[in-house]
Amino acid sequence: MSPSAFIVPLLGGALIGLSASAMLYLYGRIAGISGITAGLVRPVRGDIEWRALFVLGLVAAGLVGLVVSPGSFAIGVERSAAAVISAGLLVGFGTRLGSGCTSGHGVCGITRLSKRSLAATMTFMVTGALAVAMVSLVFGGRV
Amino acid sequence: MFRLTPLLIGLVFGLGLVLSGMTQPAKVIAFLDVTGQWDPSLAFVMVGAISTHWLLYRFIMKRPSPLLASAYAIPSRQRIDARLLGGSALFGVGWGLGGYCPGPGLASAGALSGQALLFVGAMLAGMGVFELVEARRRAPAAGASQAQPELQRADA
Repeated sequence: MSPSAFIVPLLGGALIGLSASAMLYLYGRIAGISGITAGLVRPVRGDIEWRALFVLGLVAAGLVGLVVSPGSFAIGVERSAAAVISAGLLVGFGTRLGSGCTSGHGVCGITRLSKRSLAATMTFMVTGALAVAMVSLVFGGRV
Repeated sequence: MFRLTPLLIGLVFGLGLVLSGMTQPAKVIAFLDVTGQWDPSLAFVMVGAISTHWLLYRFIMKRPSPLLASAYAIPSRQRIDARLLGGSALFGVGWGLGGYCPGPGLASAGALSGQALLFVGAMLAGMGVFELVEARRRAPAAGASQAQPELQRADA
């Protein structure tokens, strides 16, 4: 493994940690993407603007990334529309039922040593690995 | 002056995701492919994020309240229940299947990736389905008896 193979992800992770820290310092909130986004799916008056702005920032980062480094969005795997839609439905429903995703549980929760977040993170890592293994072994990597 | 701060926080978060490689489904899938050609590089995203947040967390929490809000809104639940594990299990399957979790999905949609736009649409629909199911759970039927709230509390 070349040094850049882990230094670049490490730096990207540091930006994520910095952002989560700013959210906590300024607003006292967890930077959990699924929770923040879900608050826009079922909006509550007075609790919309900061969520919309945060999500807009995320989306804007994609646009900036597209200009600076279009290769950052390479798909690299064969996925049918049905598979992508199924994935989206599972991620949307699952993160709400499980109260968080990679950011809220995986980064913020683990930092707080939350037992719930640790259990959640281990669970989605294991089922994620199982799904990848299934796709690879049963469907030859294309689904 | 602070009005647009959440936009900046989201932008930094998103740039972190893009830089770290989380917006490349093949990379995410290779990270989860522990039985095949495992690519461990994305583990360093978590190391970088958690160590940075952990370092700052201790200083932040020394303040009695956040700078721009009256109180911290940090989850206090402790119980590991079926909803937490079941929901996380479903999320993991979706993550492994598509290679996107919510943040990278949204950032990639911003990069106008057709696949990510489709993913985000379905993700929002999945969240909507959850809200509908929850609303039904909270109010099982129109004109339900007074005893219903008690029942709900028991299984919540």
